[in-house]
Amino acid sequence: MSASHLYYRHTLPVRITHWVNAAALAILFMSGLNIFSAHPALYWGKSSYTGRGPVLEITAREANGGVVGITRVLGHEFVTTGVLGSAAGPRGRIVERTFPSWLTLPASRWLAMARRWHFFFAWVLVINGLLYLGYSIGSRHLARDLTPTKDDWRSIGRSIVDHLRFRHPVGEAAKRYNVLQKLAYSGVIFVLLPLIVLTGLAMSPWLNSAIPGWVDLLGGRQSARTIHFLVAWLLLAFVFVHVFQVIAGGLWNHLRSMISGRYRIRMEASNEQAR
Amino acid sequence: MNKRADLSRRRFLARALGTASATALGGCDALSRTQWFPGVLESAEKLTEAAHHLLVPRRAMAQEFAEADLSPTFRSNGTAMPADPRYAALAAGEFAAYRLEIGGLVEEPASLSLAELRALPSRTQITRHDCVEGWSAIGKWKGARLAAVLAAVRPQPRARYVVFYCADPMDGDGASPYYESIDMEDALHPQTLLAYELNDRTLPIANGAPVRLRVERQLGYKHAKYVMRIELVESFTRIRGGRGGYWEDQGYEWWAGI
Repeated sequence: MSASHLYYRHTLPVRITHWVNAAALAILFMSGLNIFSAHPALYWGKSSYTGRGPVLEITAREANGGVVGITRVLGHEFVTTGVLGSAAGPRGRIVERTFPSWLTLPASRWLAMARRWHFFFAWVLVINGLLYLGYSIGSRHLARDLTPTKDDWRSIGRSIVDHLRFRHPVGEAAKRYNVLQKLAYSGVIFVLLPLIVLTGLAMSPWLNSAIPGWVDLLGGRQSARTIHFLVAWLLLAFVFVHVFQVIAGGLWNHLRSMISGRYRIRMEASNEQAR
Repeated sequence: MNKRADLSRRRFLARALGTASATALGGCDALSRTQWFPGVLESAEKLTEAAHHLLVPRRAMAQEFAEADLSPTFRSNGTAMPADPRYAALAAGEFAAYRLEIGGLVEEPASLSLAELRALPSRTQITRHDCVEGWSAIGKWKGARLAAVLAAVRPQPRARYVVFYCADPMDGDGASPYYESIDMEDALHPQTLLAYELNDRTLPIANGAPVRLRVERQLGYKHAKYVMRIELVESFTRIRGGRGGYWEDQGYEWWAGI
Protein backbone atom coordinates (compact mmCIF):
# COMPACT_ATOMS: atom_id res chain seq x y z
CA MET A 1 0.00 0.00 0.00
CA SER A 2 1.39 3.35 -0.93
CA ALA A 3 0.61 6.36 1.19
CA SER A 4 -0.69 8.95 -1.22
CA HIS A 5 -3.42 11.47 -1.65
CA LEU A 6 -4.98 13.46 -4.46
CA TYR A 7 -3.98 17.10 -4.59
CA TYR A 8 -5.91 19.74 -6.55
CA ARG A 9 -3.14 20.93 -8.81
CA HIS A 10 -4.58 22.72 -11.85
CA THR A 11 -7.54 25.10 -11.69
CA LEU A 12 -10.28 24.92 -14.31
CA PRO A 13 -9.19 28.04 -16.29
CA VAL A 14 -5.64 26.68 -16.51
CA ARG A 15 -6.90 23.28 -17.71
CA ILE A 16 -9.21 24.73 -20.35
CA THR A 17 -6.68 27.22 -21.72
CA HIS A 18 -4.01 24.49 -21.73
CA TRP A 19 -6.01 22.21 -24.02
CA VAL A 20 -7.31 25.00 -26.25
CA ASN A 21 -3.70 26.15 -26.62
CA ALA A 22 -2.51 22.62 -27.43
CA ALA A 23 -5.16 22.15 -30.14
CA ALA A 24 -4.57 25.62 -31.63
CA LEU A 25 -0.79 25.12 -31.71
CA ALA A 26 -1.14 21.74 -33.44
CA ILE A 27 -3.41 23.21 -36.13
CA LEU A 28 -1.27 26.34 -36.53
CA PHE A 29 1.89 24.26 -36.90
CA MET A 30 0.45 21.93 -39.52
CA SER A 31 -1.38 24.61 -41.53
CA GLY A 32 1.76 26.76 -41.26
CA LEU A 33 3.82 24.02 -42.91
CA ASN A 34 1.26 23.89 -45.72
CA ILE A 35 1.52 27.68 -46.18
CA PHE A 36 5.33 27.47 -46.14
CA SER A 37 5.16 24.84 -48.91
CA ALA A 38 3.80 27.52 -51.30
CA HIS A 39 7.27 29.10 -51.25
CA PRO A 40 9.63 26.74 -49.40
CA ALA A 41 12.50 29.15 -48.89
CA LEU A 42 13.52 31.52 -46.10
CA TYR A 43 15.48 34.74 -46.36
CA TRP A 44 17.11 37.31 -44.12
CA GLY A 45 16.25 40.93 -44.85
CA LYS A 46 13.47 43.21 -46.03
CA SER A 47 12.71 41.25 -49.20
CA SER A 48 13.39 37.85 -50.76
CA TYR A 49 15.36 39.28 -53.66
CA THR A 50 18.24 41.28 -52.29
CA GLY A 51 21.10 39.83 -54.31
CA ARG A 52 21.81 37.32 -51.54
CA GLY A 53 20.44 33.79 -51.68
CA PRO A 54 17.97 32.23 -49.27
CA VAL A 55 19.18 31.03 -45.86
CA LEU A 56 17.08 27.89 -46.22
CA GLU A 57 15.58 26.29 -49.27
CA ILE A 58 13.70 23.03 -49.68
CA THR A 59 13.46 21.78 -53.23
CA ALA A 60 13.57 18.62 -55.34
CA ARG A 61 15.08 17.30 -58.54
CA GLU A 62 14.32 14.36 -60.80
CA ALA A 63 16.92 11.61 -60.79
CA ASN A 64 16.76 8.05 -62.17
CA GLY A 65 12.99 8.18 -62.44
CA GLY A 66 12.66 9.14 -58.77
CA VAL A 67 12.41 12.44 -56.93
CA VAL A 68 15.36 13.50 -54.81
CA GLY A 69 14.60 15.90 -51.97
CA ILE A 70 17.17 18.66 -51.50
CA THR A 71 17.53 20.94 -48.50
CA ARG A 72 19.99 23.83 -48.62
CA VAL A 73 20.92 25.53 -45.35
CA LEU A 74 23.24 28.55 -45.50
CA GLY A 75 24.76 27.28 -48.73
CA HIS A 76 25.20 23.67 -47.57
CA GLU A 77 23.25 21.10 -49.53
CA PHE A 78 21.71 17.99 -47.98
CA VAL A 79 19.83 15.13 -49.60
CA THR A 80 16.58 14.79 -47.66
CA THR A 81 14.60 12.39 -49.84
CA GLY A 82 11.52 11.05 -48.08
CA VAL A 83 11.50 13.80 -45.44
CA LEU A 84 11.95 17.25 -47.02
CA GLY A 85 11.58 18.21 -50.67
CA SER A 86 10.34 14.78 -51.62
CA ALA A 87 8.06 13.06 -49.18
CA ALA A 88 4.99 10.87 -48.81
CA GLY A 89 1.93 12.38 -50.49
CA PRO A 90 -1.70 11.80 -49.50
CA ARG A 91 -1.58 8.37 -51.23
CA GLY A 92 1.62 7.32 -49.52
CA ARG A 93 3.88 7.53 -52.58
CA ILE A 94 7.06 9.60 -52.43
CA VAL A 95 6.34 12.68 -54.51
CA GLU A 96 7.71 16.21 -54.83
CA ARG A 97 6.43 18.05 -51.79
CA THR A 98 8.06 20.07 -49.04
CA PHE A 99 6.83 18.03 -46.06
CA PRO A 100 5.11 14.62 -45.73
CA SER A 101 1.37 15.05 -46.16
CA TRP A 102 0.62 13.66 -42.67
CA LEU A 103 2.41 16.68 -41.24
CA THR A 104 0.45 19.35 -43.14
CA LEU A 105 -3.08 20.66 -42.88
CA PRO A 106 -4.76 20.18 -45.33
CA ALA A 107 -2.86 17.04 -46.32
CA SER A 108 -2.77 18.15 -49.96
CA ARG A 109 -1.17 21.39 -51.12
CA TRP A 110 -3.98 23.90 -50.67
CA LEU A 111 -2.71 27.34 -49.75
CA ALA A 112 -6.11 29.06 -49.61
CA MET A 113 -7.56 26.51 -47.18
CA ALA A 114 -4.38 26.35 -45.09
CA ARG A 115 -4.57 30.14 -44.66
CA ARG A 116 -8.21 29.85 -43.54
CA TRP A 117 -7.25 27.35 -40.85
CA HIS A 118 -4.17 29.30 -39.84
CA PHE A 119 -5.83 32.68 -39.41
CA PHE A 120 -8.88 31.30 -37.59
CA PHE A 121 -6.75 29.43 -35.08
CA ALA A 122 -4.34 32.35 -34.77
CA TRP A 123 -7.28 34.26 -33.29
CA VAL A 124 -8.08 31.28 -31.04
CA LEU A 125 -4.46 31.20 -29.85
CA VAL A 126 -4.32 34.93 -29.14
CA ILE A 127 -7.72 35.20 -27.41
CA ASN A 128 -7.03 32.06 -25.38
CA GLY A 129 -3.57 33.38 -24.49
CA LEU A 130 -4.97 36.72 -23.32
CA LEU A 131 -7.62 34.95 -21.20
CA TYR A 132 -4.88 32.80 -19.66
CA LEU A 133 -2.68 35.82 -18.93
CA GLY A 134 -5.56 37.76 -17.40
CA TYR A 135 -6.50 34.83 -15.20
CA SER A 136 -2.89 34.04 -14.25
CA ILE A 137 -2.14 37.58 -13.19
CA GLY A 138 -5.48 38.09 -11.43
CA SER A 139 -5.39 34.79 -9.54
CA ARG A 140 -1.68 35.17 -8.75
CA HIS A 141 -1.03 31.82 -10.51
CA LEU A 142 1.81 33.57 -12.31
CA ALA A 143 3.44 35.01 -9.20
CA ARG A 144 2.80 31.95 -7.03
CA ASP A 145 3.48 29.05 -9.38
CA LEU A 146 5.55 30.26 -12.32
CA THR A 147 7.94 32.90 -10.98
CA PRO A 148 11.20 31.34 -9.76
CA THR A 149 11.95 32.12 -6.10
CA LYS A 150 15.36 32.81 -4.59
CA ASP A 151 15.46 29.20 -3.42
CA ASP A 152 14.64 28.07 -6.95
CA TRP A 153 17.63 29.90 -8.40
CA ARG A 154 19.89 28.38 -5.73
CA SER A 155 18.60 24.87 -6.47
CA ILE A 156 19.08 25.09 -10.23
CA GLY A 157 22.17 22.82 -10.22
CA ARG A 158 20.42 20.15 -8.19
CA SER A 159 17.34 20.38 -10.39
CA ILE A 160 19.44 19.73 -13.50
CA VAL A 161 21.01 16.67 -11.87
CA ASP A 162 17.56 15.44 -10.78
CA HIS A 163 16.28 15.78 -14.35
CA LEU A 164 19.27 13.91 -15.79
CA ARG A 165 18.68 11.07 -13.31
CA PHE A 166 14.91 11.05 -13.87
CA ARG A 167 14.40 11.60 -10.17
CA HIS A 168 10.93 12.97 -9.67
CA PRO A 169 9.92 14.99 -6.65
CA VAL A 170 7.73 13.40 -3.98
CA GLY A 171 5.74 14.72 -1.07
CA GLU A 172 5.47 18.49 -0.67
CA ALA A 173 8.00 19.17 -3.44
CA ALA A 174 5.72 17.47 -5.98
CA LYS A 175 3.08 20.15 -5.41
CA ARG A 176 5.27 22.84 -6.92
CA TYR A 177 6.91 23.28 -10.29
CA ASN A 178 10.67 22.87 -10.11
CA VAL A 179 12.87 25.68 -11.36
CA LEU A 180 13.56 24.17 -14.79
CA GLN A 181 9.83 23.70 -15.28
CA LYS A 182 9.17 27.31 -14.30
CA LEU A 183 11.81 28.56 -16.71
CA ALA A 184 10.59 26.35 -19.56
CA TYR A 185 6.94 27.36 -19.12
CA SER A 186 7.82 31.06 -18.70
CA GLY A 187 10.03 30.90 -21.76
CA VAL A 188 7.16 29.55 -23.83
CA ILE A 189 4.58 31.94 -22.36
CA PHE A 190 6.65 35.13 -22.37
CA VAL A 191 9.20 34.63 -25.15
CA LEU A 192 8.27 32.04 -27.78
CA LEU A 193 4.51 32.60 -28.02
CA PRO A 194 4.69 36.43 -28.04
CA LEU A 195 7.51 36.24 -30.60
CA ILE A 196 5.59 33.96 -32.94
CA VAL A 197 2.52 36.21 -32.70
CA LEU A 198 4.61 39.33 -33.31
CA THR A 199 6.44 37.87 -36.31
CA GLY A 200 3.09 36.66 -37.63
CA LEU A 201 1.67 40.17 -37.38
CA ALA A 202 4.85 41.50 -39.03
CA MET A 203 3.98 39.56 -42.18
CA SER A 204 0.70 41.45 -42.60
CA PRO A 205 1.23 44.26 -45.13
CA TRP A 206 -1.70 46.18 -43.62
CA LEU A 207 -0.25 46.08 -40.09
CA ASN A 208 3.16 47.03 -41.49
CA SER A 209 1.68 50.46 -42.16
CA ALA A 210 0.63 51.00 -38.52
CA ILE A 211 4.06 52.43 -37.72
CA PRO A 212 6.09 52.38 -40.95
CA GLY A 213 9.43 50.71 -40.33
CA TRP A 214 8.52 48.74 -37.20
CA VAL A 215 9.05 45.48 -39.05
CA ASP A 216 12.71 46.44 -39.56
CA LEU A 217 13.19 45.99 -35.80
CA LEU A 218 12.78 42.27 -36.54
CA GLY A 219 15.21 42.50 -39.44
CA GLY A 220 12.56 43.13 -42.13
CA ARG A 221 9.54 41.19 -43.32
CA GLN A 222 11.45 38.22 -44.69
CA SER A 223 13.51 37.99 -41.49
CA ALA A 224 10.25 38.03 -39.53
CA ARG A 225 9.02 35.12 -41.67
CA THR A 226 12.25 33.23 -40.95
CA ILE A 227 11.95 33.87 -37.19
CA HIS A 228 8.29 32.80 -37.30
CA PHE A 229 9.33 29.49 -38.89
CA LEU A 230 12.18 28.90 -36.43
CA VAL A 231 10.02 29.64 -33.37
CA ALA A 232 7.39 27.21 -34.66
CA TRP A 233 10.00 24.43 -34.54
CA LEU A 234 11.24 25.58 -31.13
CA LEU A 235 7.67 25.29 -29.86
CA LEU A 236 7.47 21.79 -31.34
CA ALA A 237 10.74 20.93 -29.58
CA PHE A 238 9.22 22.19 -26.32
CA VAL A 239 6.15 20.01 -26.89
CA PHE A 240 8.35 16.95 -27.41
CA VAL A 241 10.30 17.57 -24.19
CA HIS A 242 7.07 18.40 -22.34
CA VAL A 243 5.31 15.21 -23.46
CA PHE A 244 8.43 13.17 -22.72
CA GLN A 245 8.54 14.58 -19.19
CA VAL A 246 4.85 13.89 -18.73
CA ILE A 247 5.36 10.27 -19.75
CA ALA A 248 8.52 9.87 -17.65
CA GLY A 249 6.91 11.48 -14.61
CA GLY A 250 3.74 9.37 -14.81
CA LEU A 251 1.54 9.74 -17.85
CA TRP A 252 -1.78 8.94 -16.25
CA ASN A 253 -1.22 11.06 -13.16
CA HIS A 254 -0.15 14.11 -15.16
CA LEU A 255 -2.87 13.68 -17.75
CA ARG A 256 -5.55 13.34 -15.07
CA SER A 257 -4.27 16.44 -13.31
CA MET A 258 -4.66 18.45 -16.53
CA ILE A 259 -8.17 16.99 -17.10
CA SER A 260 -9.77 16.82 -13.65
CA GLY A 261 -7.20 18.93 -11.82
CA ARG A 262 -6.27 16.15 -9.37
CA TYR A 263 -2.70 14.98 -9.05
CA ARG A 264 -1.63 12.05 -6.86
CA ILE A 265 1.07 12.97 -4.38
CA ARG A 266 3.13 10.05 -3.11
CA MET A 267 4.83 10.32 0.23
CA GLU A 268 8.55 9.91 0.50
CA ALA A 269 8.69 6.69 2.55
CA SER A 270 6.21 4.75 0.47
CA ASN A 271 7.95 5.90 -2.65
CA GLU A 272 11.17 4.25 -1.48
CA GLN A 273 9.20 1.05 -0.77
CA ALA A 274 7.74 1.00 -4.22
CA ARG A 275 11.22 0.94 -5.65
CA MET B 1 -5.13 -4.63 -8.36
CA ASN B 2 -4.64 -0.92 -8.53
CA LYS B 3 -1.62 -1.40 -10.74
CA ARG B 4 -3.44 -3.61 -13.26
CA ALA B 5 -6.32 -1.16 -13.52
CA ASP B 6 -3.77 1.56 -14.01
CA LEU B 7 -2.06 -0.39 -16.81
CA SER B 8 -5.21 -1.14 -18.77
CA ARG B 9 -6.26 2.44 -18.29
CA ARG B 10 -2.93 3.54 -19.69
CA ARG B 11 -3.23 1.21 -22.66
CA PHE B 12 -6.75 2.48 -23.30
CA LEU B 13 -5.51 6.03 -23.06
CA ALA B 14 -2.63 5.46 -25.47
CA ARG B 15 -4.98 3.84 -27.97
CA ALA B 16 -7.55 6.59 -27.53
CA LEU B 17 -4.91 9.23 -28.12
CA GLY B 18 -3.69 7.47 -31.27
CA THR B 19 -7.20 7.08 -32.64
CA ALA B 20 -8.12 10.63 -31.69
CA SER B 21 -5.14 12.17 -33.47
CA ALA B 22 -5.69 10.06 -36.60
CA THR B 23 -9.39 10.97 -36.59
CA ALA B 24 -8.56 14.61 -35.95
CA LEU B 25 -6.21 14.75 -38.95
CA GLY B 26 -8.59 12.97 -41.30
CA GLY B 27 -11.41 14.99 -39.78
CA CYS B 28 -9.72 18.32 -40.49
CA ASP B 29 -9.42 17.43 -44.16
CA ALA B 30 -13.01 16.20 -44.31
CA LEU B 31 -14.14 19.42 -42.61
CA SER B 32 -12.26 21.50 -45.18
CA ARG B 33 -14.43 19.93 -47.90
CA THR B 34 -17.82 20.45 -46.25
CA GLN B 35 -20.15 23.26 -47.27
CA TRP B 36 -20.36 24.82 -43.84
CA PHE B 37 -16.98 24.55 -42.13
CA PRO B 38 -14.91 26.82 -44.39
CA GLY B 39 -17.61 29.40 -43.60
CA VAL B 40 -16.79 29.09 -39.90
CA LEU B 41 -13.08 29.55 -40.66
CA GLU B 42 -13.92 32.51 -42.88
CA SER B 43 -15.49 34.35 -39.97
CA ALA B 44 -11.93 35.12 -38.90
CA GLU B 45 -11.49 37.23 -42.05
CA LYS B 46 -14.16 39.70 -40.88
CA LEU B 47 -12.55 39.82 -37.44
CA THR B 48 -9.13 40.46 -38.99
CA GLU B 49 -10.48 43.21 -41.24
CA ALA B 50 -12.25 44.86 -38.30
CA ALA B 51 -9.11 44.62 -36.15
CA HIS B 52 -6.98 46.10 -38.93
CA HIS B 53 -9.35 49.06 -39.24
CA LEU B 54 -9.40 49.49 -35.49
CA LEU B 55 -5.61 49.43 -35.13
CA VAL B 56 -4.44 51.23 -38.26
CA PRO B 57 -5.60 54.70 -39.34
CA ARG B 58 -7.33 54.76 -42.74
CA ARG B 59 -4.61 56.92 -44.25
CA ALA B 60 -1.60 55.15 -42.74
CA MET B 61 1.17 54.88 -45.29
CA ALA B 62 2.85 51.65 -46.32
CA GLN B 63 6.56 51.60 -45.61
CA GLU B 64 8.71 53.09 -48.37
CA PHE B 65 12.28 52.03 -49.02
CA ALA B 66 15.56 53.38 -50.35
CA GLU B 67 17.02 52.76 -53.82
CA ALA B 68 19.58 50.48 -52.14
CA ASP B 69 16.74 48.14 -51.07
CA LEU B 70 15.50 47.57 -54.66
CA SER B 71 15.38 43.93 -55.76
CA PRO B 72 17.86 43.37 -58.63
CA THR B 73 15.00 42.19 -60.85
CA PHE B 74 11.36 42.53 -59.91
CA ARG B 75 9.92 39.03 -59.98
CA SER B 76 7.12 38.35 -62.45
CA ASN B 77 4.49 36.02 -61.03
CA GLY B 78 1.34 34.52 -62.51
CA THR B 79 0.83 35.68 -66.10
CA ALA B 80 3.99 36.87 -67.88
CA MET B 81 2.32 37.37 -71.30
CA PRO B 82 -1.49 37.38 -71.56
CA ALA B 83 -2.65 34.71 -74.03
CA ASP B 84 -5.16 37.00 -75.70
CA PRO B 85 -5.02 38.12 -79.38
CA ARG B 86 -6.45 41.59 -78.65
CA TYR B 87 -3.79 42.13 -75.99
CA ALA B 88 -1.09 40.85 -78.35
CA ALA B 89 -2.25 43.37 -80.98
CA LEU B 90 -2.12 46.21 -78.41
CA ALA B 91 1.34 45.15 -77.30
CA ALA B 92 2.56 44.97 -80.91
CA GLY B 93 1.55 48.62 -81.30
CA GLU B 94 3.33 49.51 -78.05
CA PHE B 95 -0.07 50.19 -76.48
CA ALA B 96 -0.67 53.29 -78.63
CA ALA B 97 -4.25 52.06 -79.15
CA TYR B 98 -4.76 51.28 -75.45
CA ARG B 99 -7.75 52.92 -73.76
CA LEU B 100 -8.56 52.52 -70.08
CA GLU B 101 -12.35 52.43 -69.74
CA ILE B 102 -13.81 53.77 -66.49
CA GLY B 103 -17.51 53.34 -65.83
CA GLY B 104 -20.16 51.97 -63.50
CA LEU B 105 -21.43 54.17 -60.68
CA VAL B 106 -19.76 57.38 -61.90
CA GLU B 107 -21.19 60.68 -63.16
CA GLU B 108 -18.82 60.98 -66.11
CA PRO B 109 -17.59 57.68 -67.60
CA ALA B 110 -14.23 58.12 -69.27
CA SER B 111 -11.86 56.42 -71.66
CA LEU B 112 -8.22 57.38 -71.12
CA SER B 113 -5.22 56.89 -73.39
CA LEU B 114 -1.83 56.22 -71.83
CA ALA B 115 -0.82 59.82 -72.57
CA GLU B 116 -3.92 61.09 -70.74
CA LEU B 117 -3.18 58.79 -67.82
CA ARG B 118 0.40 60.03 -67.68
CA ALA B 119 -0.86 63.62 -67.59
CA LEU B 120 -2.80 63.00 -64.35
CA PRO B 121 -1.24 63.71 -60.91
CA SER B 122 1.29 60.94 -60.32
CA ARG B 123 3.32 59.52 -57.49
CA THR B 124 6.63 57.63 -57.36
CA GLN B 125 7.23 55.20 -54.51
CA ILE B 126 9.61 52.39 -53.56
CA THR B 127 7.52 49.74 -51.87
CA ARG B 128 7.59 46.08 -50.95
CA HIS B 129 5.38 43.64 -52.80
CA ASP B 130 4.29 40.71 -50.61
CA CYS B 131 3.03 37.63 -52.43
CA VAL B 132 0.48 35.36 -50.75
CA GLU B 133 3.00 32.55 -51.34
CA GLY B 134 5.39 34.16 -48.88
CA TRP B 135 8.08 35.98 -50.88
CA SER B 136 8.62 39.75 -51.08
CA ALA B 137 10.25 41.96 -53.71
CA ILE B 138 11.00 45.69 -53.57
CA GLY B 139 10.31 47.84 -56.61
CA LYS B 140 10.04 51.51 -57.59
CA TRP B 141 6.68 52.38 -59.07
CA LYS B 142 5.39 55.44 -60.85
CA GLY B 143 1.75 55.83 -61.76
CA ALA B 144 -1.35 57.96 -61.79
CA ARG B 145 -2.96 58.26 -58.38
CA LEU B 146 -6.21 56.31 -58.53
CA ALA B 147 -7.80 59.05 -56.41
CA ALA B 148 -7.08 61.54 -59.21
CA VAL B 149 -8.56 59.20 -61.82
CA LEU B 150 -11.68 58.76 -59.69
CA ALA B 151 -11.99 62.50 -59.06
CA ALA B 152 -12.12 63.01 -62.83
CA VAL B 153 -15.05 60.58 -63.28
CA ARG B 154 -16.88 61.67 -60.09
CA PRO B 155 -18.05 58.53 -58.24
CA GLN B 156 -21.69 58.36 -57.20
CA PRO B 157 -22.34 58.13 -53.44
CA ARG B 158 -23.56 54.54 -53.87
CA ALA B 159 -20.18 53.37 -55.17
CA ARG B 160 -18.48 51.17 -52.57
CA TYR B 161 -15.98 49.11 -54.55
CA VAL B 162 -13.67 49.59 -57.50
CA VAL B 163 -13.46 46.55 -59.79
CA PHE B 164 -10.51 46.04 -62.15
CA TYR B 165 -10.98 43.91 -65.29
CA CYS B 166 -7.76 42.61 -66.80
CA ALA B 167 -6.52 41.33 -70.15
CA ASP B 168 -5.01 38.05 -68.96
CA PRO B 169 -7.16 34.93 -69.42
CA MET B 170 -6.66 32.56 -66.50
CA ASP B 171 -7.50 29.28 -68.23
CA GLY B 172 -6.67 27.56 -71.49
CA ASP B 173 -9.78 28.42 -73.50
CA GLY B 174 -9.22 32.14 -73.05
CA ALA B 175 -12.08 32.49 -70.61
CA SER B 176 -12.21 33.91 -67.04
CA PRO B 177 -9.81 36.82 -67.36
CA TYR B 178 -8.23 38.09 -64.16
CA TYR B 179 -10.18 40.60 -62.12
CA GLU B 180 -9.90 42.19 -58.69
CA SER B 181 -11.71 44.62 -56.42
CA ILE B 182 -10.81 47.02 -53.61
CA ASP B 183 -12.92 49.25 -51.38
CA MET B 184 -13.13 53.04 -51.69
CA GLU B 185 -10.84 53.53 -48.69
CA ASP B 186 -8.00 51.73 -50.47
CA ALA B 187 -8.93 53.30 -53.80
CA LEU B 188 -8.54 56.85 -52.45
CA HIS B 189 -5.33 56.10 -50.51
CA PRO B 190 -2.41 58.30 -51.67
CA GLN B 191 -0.21 55.28 -52.44
CA THR B 192 -2.82 53.53 -54.59
CA LEU B 193 -1.65 53.94 -58.16
CA LEU B 194 -2.35 52.89 -61.70
CA ALA B 195 1.32 52.22 -62.33
CA TYR B 196 2.91 52.57 -65.75
CA GLU B 197 6.59 52.59 -64.73
CA LEU B 198 8.72 50.09 -62.81
CA ASN B 199 12.26 50.96 -61.69
CA ASP B 200 12.33 54.14 -63.85
CA ARG B 201 11.40 52.28 -67.04
CA THR B 202 8.16 51.66 -68.91
CA LEU B 203 6.30 48.86 -67.11
CA PRO B 204 7.37 45.55 -68.74
CA ILE B 205 4.73 43.13 -70.04
CA ALA B 206 5.84 40.49 -67.50
CA ASN B 207 4.91 42.93 -64.70
CA GLY B 208 1.55 44.04 -66.09
CA ALA B 209 2.00 46.50 -68.99
CA PRO B 210 0.63 48.93 -69.86
CA VAL B 211 -1.07 49.58 -66.50
CA ARG B 212 -1.22 47.67 -63.23
CA LEU B 213 -2.72 48.45 -59.87
CA ARG B 214 -0.58 49.18 -56.81
CA VAL B 215 -2.52 48.87 -53.56
CA GLU B 216 0.38 48.78 -51.15
CA ARG B 217 -1.21 47.51 -47.93
CA GLN B 218 -2.61 44.36 -49.53
CA LEU B 219 -1.05 41.11 -50.75
CA GLY B 220 0.24 40.75 -54.30
CA TYR B 221 -2.83 39.17 -55.87
CA LYS B 222 -4.81 42.38 -55.25
CA HIS B 223 -2.36 44.29 -57.50
CA ALA B 224 -4.17 43.50 -60.76
CA LYS B 225 -1.94 43.51 -63.86
CA TYR B 226 -2.98 44.36 -67.46
CA VAL B 227 -5.88 46.58 -66.28
CA MET B 228 -8.25 47.28 -69.20
CA ARG B 229 -11.44 48.47 -67.55
CA ILE B 230 -12.47 49.90 -64.19
CA GLU B 231 -15.99 49.72 -62.84
CA LEU B 232 -17.38 51.29 -59.68
CA VAL B 233 -20.03 49.13 -58.04
CA GLU B 234 -22.13 48.96 -54.90
CA SER B 235 -21.55 45.23 -54.50
CA PHE B 236 -19.51 42.60 -56.33
CA THR B 237 -21.69 39.61 -55.43
CA ARG B 238 -23.16 39.47 -58.94
CA ILE B 239 -19.81 39.71 -60.71
CA ARG B 240 -18.35 36.37 -61.86
CA GLY B 241 -17.82 34.06 -58.85
CA GLY B 242 -19.23 36.75 -56.58
CA ARG B 243 -16.27 36.97 -54.22
CA GLY B 244 -14.59 40.04 -55.69
CA GLY B 245 -11.64 38.61 -57.57
CA TYR B 246 -10.17 35.73 -59.56
CA TRP B 247 -8.25 34.26 -56.62
CA GLU B 248 -11.04 35.14 -54.20
CA ASP B 249 -13.32 32.94 -56.33
CA GLN B 250 -10.75 30.15 -55.78
CA GLY B 251 -11.08 30.49 -52.00
CA TYR B 252 -8.53 33.19 -51.14
CA GLU B 253 -9.51 36.06 -48.83
CA TRP B 254 -10.98 39.23 -50.27
CA TRP B 255 -9.37 41.06 -47.33
CA ALA B 256 -5.72 40.52 -48.26
CA GLY B 257 -4.12 42.80 -45.67
CA ILE B 258 -2.82 39.64 -43.95
